[in-house]
Order: sequence, then structure tokens, then C-alpha cells
Amino acid sequence: MMPLAVAAYTATSAMGHGLAAQRETLESMRSGLRPNDFGSAPLACWIGRVDGLEQAALPAEYAPWECRNNRLAWLGLNQDGFLARVQQARQRHGANRIGLFVGTSTSSIGATEEAYRRLDADGNFPADMQRPAIHAPHSLAAFVAAALGLEGPCLTVSTACSSSAKVFASAQRMIALGLIDAAVVGGVDTLCDSVLFGFNALELVSTQPCRPFDLARDGISIGEAAGFALLQRVEAAPQAPRLLGYGEASDAHHMSTPHPQGLGAGLALHAALARAGLDAAQVDYINLHGTASQKNDEVEAALVSRTFPATTRASSTKGFTGHTLGASGILEATVALQAIEHGLVPGNLGGDTPDPDCSPSFAWRNEQQPVRVALSNSFGFGGNNACLAFAAAGFAA
Amino acid sequence: MSALRIHVEGMGLWSPQLGDFDALRRLLDGGSPPPPQARPAAATMAPNERRRAPESVLLAVEVAGQAVAMSGRVAATLACVFSSSHGEQSITDYMCATLAHSPTELSPTRFHNSVHNAPVGYWTIAVGCHEPSTAVCADRASFGAGLLEAAGQVLAEQRPVLLVCADTAGSGPLGKVIGGEQPFACALVLAPTAGAATRARLDIRLNAGAAPTDLAPPLSGWRAGNASAEALPLLAALARGAGRCQLAAGPQLGLQVDIEAVA
Repeated sequence: MMPLAVAAYTATSAMGHGLAAQRETLESMRSGLRPNDFGSAPLACWIGRVDGLEQAALPAEYAPWECRNNRLAWLGLNQDGFLARVQQARQRHGANRIGLFVGTSTSSIGATEEAYRRLDADGNFPADMQRPAIHAPHSLAAFVAAALGLEGPCLTVSTACSSSAKVFASAQRMIALGLIDAAVVGGVDTLCDSVLFGFNALELVSTQPCRPFDLARDGISIGEAAGFALLQRVEAAPQAPRLLGYGEASDAHHMSTPHPQGLGAGLALHAALARAGLDAAQVDYINLHGTASQKNDEVEAALVSRTFPATTRASSTKGFTGHTLGASGILEATVALQAIEHGLVPGNLGGDTPDPDCSPSFAWRNEQQPVRVALSNSFGFGGNNACLAFAAAGFAA
Repeated sequence: MSALRIHVEGMGLWSPQLGDFDALRRLLDGGSPPPPQARPAAATMAPNERRRAPESVLLAVEVAGQAVAMSGRVAATLACVFSSSHGEQSITDYMCATLAHSPTELSPTRFHNSVHNAPVGYWTIAVGCHEPSTAVCADRASFGAGLLEAAGQVLAEQRPVLLVCADTAGSGPLGKVIGGEQPFACALVLAPTAGAATRARLDIRLNAGAAPTDLAPPLSGWRAGNASAEALPLLAALARGAGRCQLAAGPQLGLQVDIEAVA
């Protein structure tokens, strides 16, 4: 496929606000997880919470969009000079020639939950919650379009935990077809009762900080994050890292359990390699989905074992951030991009007793080495799988 | 930019008044098609799955099954783009009401059925589809934005794609804020090249600022009552065999679609 430049990118999560904080947290192998202090009756678990959101009200002009998820979106957009890079692209290409593709699992459902907690005597939403736009899954995309002043194609992808990986594919297709010249892609998901109590009901939440690929792993830790990237044709940013390929596939197996042999995950991975024109052995690093659920990690470790040589390094970074659900695709894409830019293979935090099913590819501690090609895996409920392939500027497969 | 040219091989439709695409054709010809049974049959799903499935899944599976049958394609070979403005409103209503009062009693099944990609997930399971599948939304522009995403896949990847757009009726306190008078679902099987199964050719152009095509009653009322029924101008043109329509693809973005019948 036609590669694209990742001309700018940014991320905000429990690792910190912006890329410098993220890199420092990764380098120090320090977890951003904390005991759950979210909500009025917190479950006994650990969460990856973003500091400062409670004080980060939206500017007055965006008041109709006010909610935790859009606050995190705004906080994220304001890191790493990202807003200015989008404004430059808008001036260069025009507002209607830039697409916006964002992934989210629950968008601003936290606001809908709040409205239900505060129903009036007649059973209606309170007056300050009578805002239809924030009670829709498109809330995030509509707010970001307004905040960035973009008027091109605008789409929410909501395929659970693969959402903000798949946005890269949608953007690439529309740029390749000439419908747009550039795209802002990204994703935001925030802590809310729906996911905390929902995953708890499925018995998928650990009472401890999550331990991806550890022999004693017993579930996920839920986190929140915002991440964005600006995609342009390679000529527009020749020094930037590249999106080389993407792969998407379906398990057709079960709504909340992965295919036991990782069928869809493997199809997505090989589709990404094929589009990128890569052999598996050319991959230097894979950021794994690695949720610390029994089943995901078992299936994904087997996929790594049967696909990659030991020279391909692999790790999950959910021990740093928790599982940020619909934002995990973009968040972990930025980790893969930082691996390329800084030669940092982040260690698989939380895997103190490695599962013996893990191949020698696993990086249990940080490693410093050149990374030319990096993949990012994202798998979601409904058997929805995606894989992204990135490479350093100038890399030729 | 030249037009995006794609080909329609199958159409599906379900609402409380219209049980399939042919019912729309008969209505527009001046007939009075009988309304369908109260619940979409969704015969593609296994009976035990169908009994437990939420309405949004039944709606999507029903119209997807109709469109794929008309196309003669094997369902498992089609990439899937499922769009919906609000997903399953009754589950969102249930979740938020339960979380407000007794959060630890939340049903795990209803939670995993609450994801926006539940309908496409159940569809891929029902037909054994391992192709790419996605679930998207864009408020009132969910059909137009979904059509654009589907056209992007059809043309950039030169593959057939199943597009579904479905919304349930409003439910509970949430429904009073966001609306939704009745359910509506539609589906198209889209292909990059003309073939024996081609019914119509679509030429799609981005068109900033154009308002969606006017509709006459009863279609205008059905459109006002469900975000997915924003598809009706295109469906009506397909039923008539040709025409031009404008669809919303975003707050400032429209799609101009030229429809031409293929014999």
C-alpha cells in the first residue's frame, strides 16, 4: 500500500501528559497504575487514571461538549504542539481536505451515567444534561471536529478495543483514493462505571496491578487515555516515521472470548505484513495487545511464538497504563513510534514470573536497540482484530 | 476529484411499515405493502442466538441477510461496515439505570452486548466471516459516513463490502433526550466492478454544505423518526431505478449520489 507519514503524534495516559512524560515513564519502568479511587463506590482493583482532568474544564466556547471524555480529548490535543501542527495542515490543505477518524469504545457515556444518577422527579435528565450530542457515541469525534475546525469526512470507529487502531486504515484508504490530503486519527476513552462494573461482571478485572504474560496473571486493570496522530503523504513530511501497513480481520468465534487459536489475530497480523511488504523477521518490535486476561495472553503468546524469531522483540505496555480500551490502539501506536524514534524497546512491566509459553522474543526489561520496524496489535470484543505496521523514515522493505 | 463509482448488488430494508426492499418499491409505485411481523426474523442466526439477541442485532442481521441473498454472494466473503447513530438504546438505558442504583448487579451478557460492534460481531459469528469488520457512527450522518467508509473499502481494496445501517427506537430517559420514534434498518452489498448481479451504479461525490434531499410523506416522517432512515433518499432512488440524491456525511459535509439502474 501507499505508505503515509506520521507527521505528528501525541499521547496522554496514566504515564503522563504528552510524549516526554510517556518516554520518561517507559524508561524508568514505573507503572502509572494506582488503587481504584474512581467513583462513589470504587471496586477493589487498580486503574490507570489521568491526573488533573477534574481541574481541566473545557474552554467556555466548548461548554456544550463538557464531559470527562471530551476533557481528556482536549487535554490530549494540547500536548506536544499537536494543535499547531493540525492548524498548519489545515492552512496547507484546507479544512475540507482533512479527514478525522477517531476510535472510542464508550465515548462520553460517563455523562449519560451521571444523568441517570441525577434524574429529576419526573424521571428526566436534569437541565444541564439535556445535551443530545454528548449522549451519543459520536460525541468525541464531533467535539474534536469542532475543536480542530475540520470539515472533511468525519467518522467514529467503535469496535471496542481495536477502535483506534482501525482509524489508521480508514484514513489511509481515503488519502489513497484522493478524497482527502491528510487525516487526524486518534482515540479517547475515559474511566466510567460502565467499563469498571462491566468488566467486573465478566470477572475479567484483577484486584492487583495487571500482570501481562505473567504465569499468575488474573485479569486486566482498566485505564484511560487520549492519543492523536496527523497522517500525511510521505512527501509532506519526509523525515517523519511511516505507517507502512494495516491489517483487519474477524474471529467469528465469540462476543467476549478470543478465538482459541488466534485465527483473526493472525489474519490481521499477516495482512499488515503483506500490505507493508514485510517478512516477519524484519520486525524489530511488537507492542502486544497483552491485556493480562488469561485467554488473550495465551493466544497472543502463541501467535508470537509461531510467527517471529527471537530477534523480534515483544512486550505489552498495559502494566504501565492499564487497558485503555478504545484508546489502546492509538496509545500503543505512539509507544511503537517512540520505540522507533528513540531505540527503546519497553519492558513488559508486570511479567515478573514469565509464562513459560512466552517465546524468547519477550522483552521483560527495557532494551536499547535500533528499531526500524514496529507493529502494534489491538484486539476487541466481538472478535475484532487489527494490526498496524510502522517504520522509520527512509525504511525500504 | 472524480466520482467514487461503486456497484450495488443487493438491498435490504426493515421498518415497522416495510419488511424488505421490494415493499418500498411497491409503496413508491402507489401500492400498500403489508407490514412485516413485529420482530425482524433475522433467519441467518441460529434460533438459540436469535432468541437472546438484542433488537439492534436482529435489525442488522435481518437486513444484512436480505441484501446478501439478493446479491448471490457468499456472506463469509464480504467485509462488513455496520453503522448506527446510537447502537442499542435499550441496553444503554438498562446499563445506566442499573449503574445508578445497583452497579454490582450489572449483567455480564448485557455488558458485552453493549459494545457498538455487537451487531457486526454477531453477524460475523453467524455467517463465519473472518474478513475485516467495523462498526461506525456519525450521529444523523451515520448512513452517509458509513457509505463513504464502505466505498473507501470497496475501491481502495477492490473488494465487495456489506454496508448495514440500523438504529433502534428511543428507550427510557435517554430516549427522551436523543429521540428515535421507531426502528429502521437498511443494507447494501457493494462491489467495485459491474457484474451479473449488479442492480445499480452509484457515483458518489463529496459535496460541502448541500442539504439532504427532500422527501414526501410518509418517508419524510420515517426519516425524522430514526437517524438510520437518513438512507431513504438513496433507497427511494434505487427503488425508482435512477436519480440523484444528497445525503448528510457530517455537519458540513454532504454526499451527492447519482444512481443509475443496470439492466
